[in-house]
Amino acid sequence: MWSRRQRRLRPLSCGVEELRCRRREREAALRKARREQQLVSKRLLRDEDPEKAEGYVAVILGEAEIQQFLRLAQRGTEEKEREKALVSLRRGLQHPETQQAFIRLEGSIRTLVGLLTSNQALLQLEAARCLHELSHSEQSTVAEACLPATSYLLTYLSGHSSDFISPHLTVLEALGYALSQLLQAKEAPEKIIPSVLGSPLPQHMLQLLQPGPKLNLGVAVEFAWCLHYIICSQVNNALLITHGALSTLGLLLLDLAGAVQRTEDAGLELVGEELACPVLRCLSNLLTEAAVEAVGEQMQLRDERVVAALFILLQFFLQKQPSLLPEGLWLLNNLTANSPSFCTSLLSLDLIEPLLQLLSVSNVVSVLVLTVVCNIAEKGPAYCQRLWPGPLLPSLLDTLAFSDTEVVGQSLELLQLLFLYQPGAVQAFLQQSGLQALQRHEEVAQLQDRVRALQQTAQHG
Amino acid sequence: MQLPPALHARLAGAPGEAEPLPVERDPAAGTTPFRFAARQDGDVQRHLYLQDVLTQVAGDPERPRVPEFTCQVAGCCQVFDALEDFEHHYHTLHRNVCSFCKRAFPSGHLLDTHILEWHDSLFQILAERQDMYQCLVEGCTEKFRTSRDRKEHLVTRHLYPADFRFDKPRKSKGPATPGPAVQVSAEALGGDQVPSEGDAMEVCFEHTELPPEPSGERRTYGHRIPSTICFGQGASRGFKSTKKRNKHQ
Repeated sequence: MWSRRQRRLRPLSCGVEELRCRRREREAALRKARREQQLVSKRLLRDEDPEKAEGYVAVILGEAEIQQFLRLAQRGTEEKEREKALVSLRRGLQHPETQQAFIRLEGSIRTLVGLLTSNQALLQLEAARCLHELSHSEQSTVAEACLPATSYLLTYLSGHSSDFISPHLTVLEALGYALSQLLQAKEAPEKIIPSVLGSPLPQHMLQLLQPGPKLNLGVAVEFAWCLHYIICSQVNNALLITHGALSTLGLLLLDLAGAVQRTEDAGLELVGEELACPVLRCLSNLLTEAAVEAVGEQMQLRDERVVAALFILLQFFLQKQPSLLPEGLWLLNNLTANSPSFCTSLLSLDLIEPLLQLLSVSNVVSVLVLTVVCNIAEKGPAYCQRLWPGPLLPSLLDTLAFSDTEVVGQSLELLQLLFLYQPGAVQAFLQQSGLQALQRHEEVAQLQDRVRALQQTAQHG
Repeated sequence: MQLPPALHARLAGAPGEAEPLPVERDPAAGTTPFRFAARQDGDVQRHLYLQDVLTQVAGDPERPRVPEFTCQVAGCCQVFDALEDFEHHYHTLHRNVCSFCKRAFPSGHLLDTHILEWHDSLFQILAERQDMYQCLVEGCTEKFRTSRDRKEHLVTRHLYPADFRFDKPRKSKGPATPGPAVQVSAEALGGDQVPSEGDAMEVCFEHTELPPEPSGERRTYGHRIPSTICFGQGASRGFKSTKKRNKHQ
C-alpha cells in the first residue's frame, strides 16, 4: 500500500531541507491568500490547470455539441477517437456555461456514468476527469446533478473492493476527490450532506478507510477529506459514530503509526502526512460529540494503542511536518479530556516527559501540551502524584517566562491544580523562585486574578 | 522528542484499555477538562496536498507498452498492448464467472445474486410467495416481488441508468417473430416491456452499445466481446425455468 504511493512522489531533485523550506513558503502564501479571501480550493485548482496556464481558454459547448461528443465517446469505433471526444468534452466543461448545458441535456450524467463504468480503462479515466470538472462548479444545480452518480459509482466500485486494480483505483480516487468538492459547496449542509448521510455512501467510505493490505493511500486520502467535510457540517455525526467511524479511524491511525515506524527514508516525508491530517481531524471532531458516550462499547475509542500511535506520529511530525503537531495534540486533548483511562495510559506509558519536550516548539503547541497535562492533573491527587516530581516543575517555570499570554495562562491553570492536589508542590515551587516567575505577570489583565490567587496559595498555603 | 522504547512494543501489542486511576476532584479546582469544540477551518493542508497531486497528474502518465498479446481465457480473443488494460479486462470479464452458464459479472456479489436467482430452483418457489429479489446496492435491504420492481427501485432510488441490465441477453437488432418464439426473442431482446419468467433484470455496467459481431472474427483491439462472455452477449443458459409466468410480472 505505501509503496504504491511512492511511485507518485515527484523525484527528490533537491535536498529535504529545501523541500521543507519550499513547503513553508507555500504554506505561508496559502495562509495569506486565505486571509485575503482569495482562496477557494476549487478555484485554486483551476488556476493550476496546466492547459489553462498555456493560454488555453475553455470553450463553451452547446447541448448539441455535448451530445455529439458523448455519442462519439460511447459509440465511436476507434478507441483514440472516443478518448479524444471525452477530452474535448472535459475542456468544455471547464466553462460554467458548458456545465449548465451538460446537466440540462437529458441523460448526460447517465452516459457519463456509463463511461465511468465501462471496461475501457482510458475512457474511464477521461470520464472521471469530466466528473472532476463538473464537481468544480460553484453552481449548486451542477453539484446536485452529480451527486446521484456518486452513489451509483461507489456501489459499483465497492463491488470490486476485493480485487481493485489500477484503473479502478484511479477512478475511485477521482470520485472521492469530486465528492470532496461537492461537500464543500455552500449548500452542502442543507442539500447534499443529508442525502449523502441517508445513502449507503458513509458505510462505503468507511470501508475504503479500513486499514489492511488493500488500503490505497490515494483513495483513502480523498475519502478521509470527504468524511472531514461531512463531520464539520455537523449534520448528523451521531450516525457516523454508529457506523463505527471511531473504531475505523482509530485502527487507521494505528496503521499510519506502524508505517511511520517502518519508514526510514527521509524522502518519504510525504508518506502518511496527507492521510494523517484528515484522520486526526475527523477523530478529534467526532470525539466532541455527545453521541460518543451514548454508543456501545465496540463503537467507542478505548484502545490505549491509539495513544501510543499518536505519540509515534507526533515524533514523526516534529521531524518532518511540524504543522501537524497541533492536529495531533488537539486529538490528544480530546482523548484525555473526559477519559481517566487515557490519562492513566499517558502516565503508565511514560509519555509525560516526551510530551513536555514539545513545549519549546511554538506557542500554539505549548498551549496544547499544557492543556493536555491539565486534563490529567484535574482528575485528582492520584494523577498529580504520578506527574510529580519529574520535569514538570522546571518546564512550568520555563513556560512562565514566555511572553505569550495564553501559554502563561495555561501554565497558571496547571499550577493551581498541582498546588491543590500535590503536597509538596508549593514548597518546591517556592524553592525554585516561583514567586519571581509569577511577579512578571502581575499587571497583565487576563492573568492578574490567577496570578494573585496563586501567590496567595503559595505564601499562605 | 525521545519516546520510551516500550512504546513501539505497545503499538504492536494487544488492544486494551488502561485501568484508570481513581478520580477525585476538589470543588476548589474550578476547572473542567478542556475539550475543544469542533474545528472547521484549515484547508491549508488539503490545498498543499492537492497542489502536489496536480503537478503529478497534469499530464497523462506514460503507460508502458508491451508487444501485443491475447487474453488466454478460452474463447476470448481480446488483444492488448498494455498490461493495465489486460488486468482491467480480466477482472471485469473473466473474474466472476458463473460456472453454470458462463456469464461474467463485475463482482462476486453480483455473481452470487445471479446464481441465486437463476440457478437455484428453491428461489423460484419462494419467489412465488414472498419478496425475494434483493436490491443490488449493498447496504440497502429492500426486497421485491419481481425483478422488474427491483429494477424500478434501482432506477428511482439509487439512480441507476434506466437501461442497465442484469443478466439479460443483449438486445439483438433482428425483428421480433410472432408466436411462442416471442417469449424467447423478448428475452433475447432484453426489453423491459415484456416480462419473462422469473428472470433477473440485468445489471450490466457496460453501457456502450456495441454493434453485433460479424461472422468473421478478426483480432483487434478494444471492442470485440466473444459470444461466451457476458455481458449478455448470447451466453448459453444452463438452467431454464419452466415455471409459469408470475402474474405480477
